[in-house]
Amino acid sequence: MKRRDFVKLSGLGMGASLLPAGLVAGHRISAEDLLNSGPDTAVKKRMADVALNAAKSKGATYADVRIGRYLRQYLFTRENKVQNIVNSESYGIGIRVIANGTWGFASTNEMKPESIARCAEEAVEMAKANAEIQLEPVVLAPQKGVGEQVWKTPIKKNAFEIPVKEKIDLLMEVNGAALKNGASFVNSNLFFVNEQKYFASTDGSYIDQDVHRMWPTFTVSAINKQTGRFKSRDALSAPIGMGYEYLSDNPAEKIIVPNGPTVYRYAYNMIEDATAAALQAKEKLTAKSVPAGKYDMILDPSNLGLTIHESVGHPLELDRVLGYEANLAGTSFATMEKLQSKSFQYGSKIVNLKADKIQPNTMGLVGYDDEGVPCKQWDLVKNGVLVNFQATRDQVHLLGEKESQGCSFAESWDSVQFQRMPNVSLQPHPEKYSIHDMIKDTEKGIYILGRGSSSIDQQRYNFQFSGQLFYEIKDGAIVGMLDDVAYQSNTQEFWNSCARICDKDDYRLFGTFFDGKGQPGQVSAVSHGCPTTRFNGVNVINTGRKI
Amino acid sequence: MAILSQEEARKIIDKVLSYSKADEMKVELTGGRSGNIRFARNSVSTAGATNNLSLSVTVVLGKRIGTSDINEFDDASLEKAVRRAEEMARLAPENPEYMPMPGPQTYAKPQAFVETTANMKAPDRAKLAGASIKSIMASQLSGAGFLEDSSSFNAIGNSKGLFGYHKNTSVNFSLTIRTPDGTGSGYAAGDYNDVTKLNTGSLTDIAIQKAKASQKAAALEPGKYTVILEPLAAGELIQFMIRAMDARTADEGRSFLSKKGGGTRLGEKLLDERVTIYSDPTDVQIPSSPFSAEGYPHERVTWFDKGVVKNMSYSAFWAKQKGAKPLPEPSGFVMSGGTQSLAELIKGTEKGILVTRFWYTRWLDPQTLLYTGLTRDGTFYIDKGQIKHPVKNFRFNESPVIMLNNLEALGIPERTRGNMVPPMRIRDFTFSSLSDAV
Repeated sequence: MKRRDFVKLSGLGMGASLLPAGLVAGHRISAEDLLNSGPDTAVKKRMADVALNAAKSKGATYADVRIGRYLRQYLFTRENKVQNIVNSESYGIGIRVIANGTWGFASTNEMKPESIARCAEEAVEMAKANAEIQLEPVVLAPQKGVGEQVWKTPIKKNAFEIPVKEKIDLLMEVNGAALKNGASFVNSNLFFVNEQKYFASTDGSYIDQDVHRMWPTFTVSAINKQTGRFKSRDALSAPIGMGYEYLSDNPAEKIIVPNGPTVYRYAYNMIEDATAAALQAKEKLTAKSVPAGKYDMILDPSNLGLTIHESVGHPLELDRVLGYEANLAGTSFATMEKLQSKSFQYGSKIVNLKADKIQPNTMGLVGYDDEGVPCKQWDLVKNGVLVNFQATRDQVHLLGEKESQGCSFAESWDSVQFQRMPNVSLQPHPEKYSIHDMIKDTEKGIYILGRGSSSIDQQRYNFQFSGQLFYEIKDGAIVGMLDDVAYQSNTQEFWNSCARICDKDDYRLFGTFFDGKGQPGQVSAVSHGCPTTRFNGVNVINTGRKI
Repeated sequence: MAILSQEEARKIIDKVLSYSKADEMKVELTGGRSGNIRFARNSVSTAGATNNLSLSVTVVLGKRIGTSDINEFDDASLEKAVRRAEEMARLAPENPEYMPMPGPQTYAKPQAFVETTANMKAPDRAKLAGASIKSIMASQLSGAGFLEDSSSFNAIGNSKGLFGYHKNTSVNFSLTIRTPDGTGSGYAAGDYNDVTKLNTGSLTDIAIQKAKASQKAAALEPGKYTVILEPLAAGELIQFMIRAMDARTADEGRSFLSKKGGGTRLGEKLLDERVTIYSDPTDVQIPSSPFSAEGYPHERVTWFDKGVVKNMSYSAFWAKQKGAKPLPEPSGFVMSGGTQSLAELIKGTEKGILVTRFWYTRWLDPQTLLYTGLTRDGTFYIDKGQIKHPVKNFRFNESPVIMLNNLEALGIPERTRGNMVPPMRIRDFTFSSLSDAV
């Protein structure tokens, strides 16, 4: 799905009864077809061997094969209407080779041996043609073959096994709750993804993975026709690497924050959140417009997650650091020299940021990356100091390391894999400290929940983020709701202003379902965990304007 | 064969339509091929090629709708797609907003397909990218770029006798060139239907010149400045405004076109009187599809005439509610301009800032269409009609509606991202902070 289509269909401006073709990444199929298990592992292994042998026979010095079956289900509703239900399947093979020291890639959805062999040969031909303008040969970190492996996301309830009617009933209840509590409009959506990915390489790996993730979300709008003002509040859910069990009511997974809404860990009550959203959207219509100035910012994980994503996750991608993304997403302020200095103070001393592809419930959780590298966790920022980047097999030698960090990912079987962000998370503070304590300790601050507008420059210095809910704090207490709030900072200044971090009991996940990168563009899904965190003396601007 | 002729497409569509007696049925065929090459650090990084041909069947039973897609074209597979769509329609909840499909339509005939572009192969792309890299290396700079070409067709038919066919080619090239010391960066981009119009050499020269000239930029205080927006920058903000012209959202009170007390701003003068924006699929510079996914025709539509809101886009459902004609959102737009070149606009500027392009532009408030983003890859200070020196990049917080009320001058429109947009001089453009990014 293109980000533009998603924004249009999932929130304001949603109106069409049929989805644009670009939304359906695959063939639309019936819900029952989603439960077909697809070809068995032995069949996939035979197809993979056809590709690997064909590539080698044409001169490839390395080849890998990804056979992917991608199942998706999207449900769209507004008020009391179901706008659309999309079930799709995409199935095919992508073959990547190194020939003459150069990468080549080709893909096909014709899963016959002769088509697969021809596809492998095309990949070799492309590599050889492009070798003419290749300056230096690809250097690939060694990766011992792992043999035949199977890995599955540890889910309790497969979302595709839940009847569509049950899901629609839930969304209708969500919409009903919002409307009953004063919402003028509500759009609610469920997104489910199952990636069945088979990887094989000339290293001797044959890896079968079954990956699940989901996202329940909504947008509630309140309108005052007399004043002509309208305000909205999006769901405080996180897209997550769990099964349908995420959509359950579990008091143990709720945190009731001071004077504010309920926030959720690993069980999300969508109806309860929609009820609160309707009341809060109405409250926003009369909220005080924020006076611009410096404030201590208390950021809920539902807000800080995106800031981590943009100001830590992306700048520490080695391909950006080296210049491979210069024409689109840009480069990075976090240069190789800053890493090598071993003293670059990315944040204050309490800031510890980890990359982690094995963290439970996250969207980046897999057993192996898309080059067959076993997944792991590692430090990016330790006690405030920059200590590492994120890399793939063809980059890691530039860090002086001999083992890939397992950051390779491709959106689908027909897209070439490249370096993508693992889960990147801020570690909780070891001492007991709650959000209630944090608010009590704040004299002049703003407490922000939810994901809002975000923008950051092409080297990841200057950023501006907004949110869903803004509460003014005076002398240790919340005194009311604010509007027109956005915070601006410089990445290094911001992380060095990090003054307090709550403990593990407040640790929650944020996620982004459609993170774009690359040319041609690809999306990936990734999670970012953190507890509520305070940053002192951050610049807040007022975004209120009149036209 | 990914590109079917009109006759081939009609034959398949008619065959599929014959497989069902559903209340209504729509068949869409899309196909094409695309190829790309990407380079960075003066060397190729990735490349790829794809071919695709796909058929989509939508079946309507009462107000229940089911759609299925397939990319196998034997008779049994085509029939399977129809049966699957019927099954899905039977299981789907009723859509109370379902609107009957349109009958036969008359479509314009844009000339959007160019054989030369359709025939591009991997060596052609490597040659174009290689020429650019050679030029960058000769200048001792570092370049990253992307070239992508495609040829495609789409055909639509329904059980009410509607049929449409359109084919299109496109080629896009963009590159960013950086100086070895990391203090300068320049960008250029071009997009066309006809590859013979693409001059990678001249685009590379522009990016090289901008990279060199942008080295060691000076910091200016954030604030309100007169700016000259090159078409790439101006077009980005204006396209957000054009995409937000949905009538239903405006009627519902949640759009920049909603009026206080209810109703919309249709017919109101919202922008400077020099602003006229229209769309036309037959425009020779930006030819595009003559029909929407639902089969409604794209025709010449004026969205703003001398600053007045003349039209909003209507879905079929909302058009019926409001007694209007269904009007699809345009795929490209033309903003009328003036007669001055970019150089002449600069010459006529007492003090101002020249902006090459924007980056990471995101909405802040749908009510005021306020957006934030940053300047990038060539931002310069103009004094007494001359570019004096590069300046550090700025973050802006601005609305295209406000911007097009602060218009000072328009230049000659250029094609950018499938739209025709003039360079423009704007007063009081809001830069809210500085960025250290190069």
